[in-house]
Amino acid sequence: MISPYMIFAAILLLTSGAYVIGRKRAFAVAGDRAGLMQMHSRPTYYGLLTAMWCGIPALVIFSAWSVFESGIITQLVIAGMPDSIRDLPPDRLNLIVNDIKNLVSGNIVSAEMNQTLRAAADHYRQLQAISSAALTVVVLALIMIATTMIMRAISPSLRARNQVETIIKWILIACSTIAIFTTIGILLSVLFEAIRFFEKISLTEFLFGLKWSPQMAIREDQVGSSGAFGAIPVFAGTLMISAIAMVVAVPIGLMSAIYLSEYANRRFRAIAKPLMEILAGIPTVVYGFFAALTVAPMIRDTGLGLGLDVSSESALAAGLVMGIMIIPFVSSLSDDVINAVPQAMRDGAYGLGATQSETVKQVVLPAALPGIVGGVLLAVSRAIGETMIVVMAAGLAANLTANPLKTVTTVTVQIVTLLVGDQEFDSPKTLAAFALGLVLFIATLILNVIALHVVRKYREQYE
Amino acid sequence: MNNPSSQPNGLNPQGRRAIEIVNAGLARRYRKERRFRLYGISAILASLLFLSFLFGSIISKGYSAFQQTFIQLDIFFDPAILSQESLSTANYPGIVKQSLRQMFPEVKSRQDKRMLYRLVSSGASFQIRQMVLDSPEMIGQTLQVWVIADDDIDMLEKGHFDLEAPEGERRIKDIQLAWVDRLKKESRIEKRFNRILFTAGDSREPELAGILGAVAGSFYTLLVTLLLSFPIGIASAVYLEEFATQNRWTDLIEVNINNLAAVPSIVFGLLGLAVFLNFFGLPRSAPLVGGLVLTLMTLPTIIIASRASLQSVPPSIREAALGIGASKMQMVTHHVLPLALPGILTGTIIGMARALGESAPLLMIGMVAFIVDVPGGFTDPSTVLPVQIFLWADSPERAFVERTSAATIVLLAFLIIMNASAVYLRKKFERRW
Repeated sequence: MISPYMIFAAILLLTSGAYVIGRKRAFAVAGDRAGLMQMHSRPTYYGLLTAMWCGIPALVIFSAWSVFESGIITQLVIAGMPDSIRDLPPDRLNLIVNDIKNLVSGNIVSAEMNQTLRAAADHYRQLQAISSAALTVVVLALIMIATTMIMRAISPSLRARNQVETIIKWILIACSTIAIFTTIGILLSVLFEAIRFFEKISLTEFLFGLKWSPQMAIREDQVGSSGAFGAIPVFAGTLMISAIAMVVAVPIGLMSAIYLSEYANRRFRAIAKPLMEILAGIPTVVYGFFAALTVAPMIRDTGLGLGLDVSSESALAAGLVMGIMIIPFVSSLSDDVINAVPQAMRDGAYGLGATQSETVKQVVLPAALPGIVGGVLLAVSRAIGETMIVVMAAGLAANLTANPLKTVTTVTVQIVTLLVGDQEFDSPKTLAAFALGLVLFIATLILNVIALHVVRKYREQYE
Repeated sequence: MNNPSSQPNGLNPQGRRAIEIVNAGLARRYRKERRFRLYGISAILASLLFLSFLFGSIISKGYSAFQQTFIQLDIFFDPAILSQESLSTANYPGIVKQSLRQMFPEVKSRQDKRMLYRLVSSGASFQIRQMVLDSPEMIGQTLQVWVIADDDIDMLEKGHFDLEAPEGERRIKDIQLAWVDRLKKESRIEKRFNRILFTAGDSREPELAGILGAVAGSFYTLLVTLLLSFPIGIASAVYLEEFATQNRWTDLIEVNINNLAAVPSIVFGLLGLAVFLNFFGLPRSAPLVGGLVLTLMTLPTIIIASRASLQSVPPSIREAALGIGASKMQMVTHHVLPLALPGILTGTIIGMARALGESAPLLMIGMVAFIVDVPGGFTDPSTVLPVQIFLWADSPERAFVERTSAATIVLLAFLIIMNASAVYLRKKFERRW
């Protein structure tokens, strides 16, 4: 049995071999030093060209094969099974296919083994062997044909360098389009599932409904869990936690940025700024752990001391810690825009007799305001999309409340709870996660576009 | 200071000179100034305070996990139980229990015995088994062996146990406390360096749980991320910065990159779930898929950093290369890229550090499973260090709090090393043109 790793290694090996042969061939064609001068390109380029002709088609075939192999084999195995199994509903069929795959890879099988399953697994293994053998043959043949063709083409007049550079340029272009494909991929994957969700639950119910309880009945006769998909409580919870975070982050971040850029001397700045940026580098899961384990109990105890009824998963704890996380974000963005305000404006204010704080408040901040607003918008979009802190420190219950001491839930928490663990792929419960994801993506996209636009426009103003 | 057009003598309508008004307000204005300064410095101090509080709370909770309580038992390697044929499947828990019974012969009732057995971890029997398999000649002898204590005893030894609570609510009963005291008097209890934490995979028992599986998962995931995002990131940055002409298409690419940099990470998880798992049928919980998702997530960071680094290479270098007859590609590969490489590397390390700490998108593609085995390849089910922290943080046992903090310390140590090397690289190779 030939494993894909081996084929991949062989392709890489043959490619580097092709480079060596191509280069040698160029030397051979040239003959001597004088001949070398007559060649269009340096021998290295002939080697590179050979390697590219050898490696690129083989790799393309290899990756396409690996992507589609298992799907095609599965279809063939299903087609080869008795009718009684083929006619099962799709979800049951999926379970059986899973069992077969487990059997093939030697894992524990959930269902009891029977003759059909074992036959199917053998069939699967057989097809896999055929497939990898076929892949090996195809790849090797391709490599051989391409290499011989290019070897025969090597001649003093072959413009090897130009060809190599054109190929590289196309590779560069392909790489740079990945960003576009990622965006399209996100949009399509979220959109498709969201549309399937909205076929079952109406858009208005989702956007304006006041009750969120996505537990669906698994059996028809189950009591009390019909599922309600009104997302308003979820949105409200997200907004409340983000608002608490911004209340913490904006004043602290902005004031530190002002102090660092207007008051602090070089040495203080050189120490304080990197220290503050450590806050931005701490993984969010660490913040979540900190919020759940240290901050939330602290807030609850303080609340109890004051005679308040505080939930142990209060919005306040999650929002507070999220605010701490966002401080460096606000501060470094504001720092940039404050530094971009021309010194002449400050000098003008000082010339009129303003104190430093009056200059900051009445000249620098108004001038930097659009940039600061842009930075704050970016920070809001971070807060809305932040996941781990709220998953660990905020609750699951979708309460529609304005009390920050109560438990609320957020969009990201709901996405995680709905999608982690076992899922059935057609139920509105799972699809709801994608609908929430769509809302999240659109909301952050709008915020980002506005913020980037504002920041860029502002930057141009002073350049 | 004065207003010559209307008040030639510098008097205002109330008959005061302007300078007097200014002077009258000066003290107030200076107070305001000082107050403003104070706000600024206290904002900075507040964030530094949060930082030290965070580190302090995690380190103070987690440092004790690097030690583990062990109990010394007199183990009699009973030949009656350890027959040569079935060494690997013999009744090792029985051996441990037997030695406990011998040490505390006064324990008679079934219930008390069960509590007695609970002093040592269930991992002790595996330890004995390994010893026997390694050197079968010890069968028949009685040896003093240090075995792992149960996590409750461990917590008791580390002082994390509330002895004030009524006995009924405690996990350790009074009778067990008496046994522990006796063991302590015989100096049979001792804390040692916790090797298990670094050499074991996950476990339901806190005293047997380690981070090696998660570290290996993180390693494979990051390897995939690095191998993909580094070349692709450089390639797109080079294209956008050196080759692309300013047109609609490149504008679109740029807008996309900037937006992707700000898209919430969990959305990338949704993409991975829908595209890589459901459409392409790649395996769940695999570092390969995790690496792909993290690649898409870190690419914008790397591209933006690389572009900035390429931009900082002065045009004179490019012109000189072109002037002596280099092609554009040669100019880039021979001159511009080597000069920009330190900056690109710095950006890549920072991107990798972010990827190492990321967990939300990995939850979506199933890297949250409880996995005991240490993964050995790119398609083995595995988890990563931050997700391990997330999983342990959910566990109710007190001992897991300590483990979680210890895992966090390890994660933070990795991040600090990565970021410090990025800073070092930048300092060392920073060039002003």
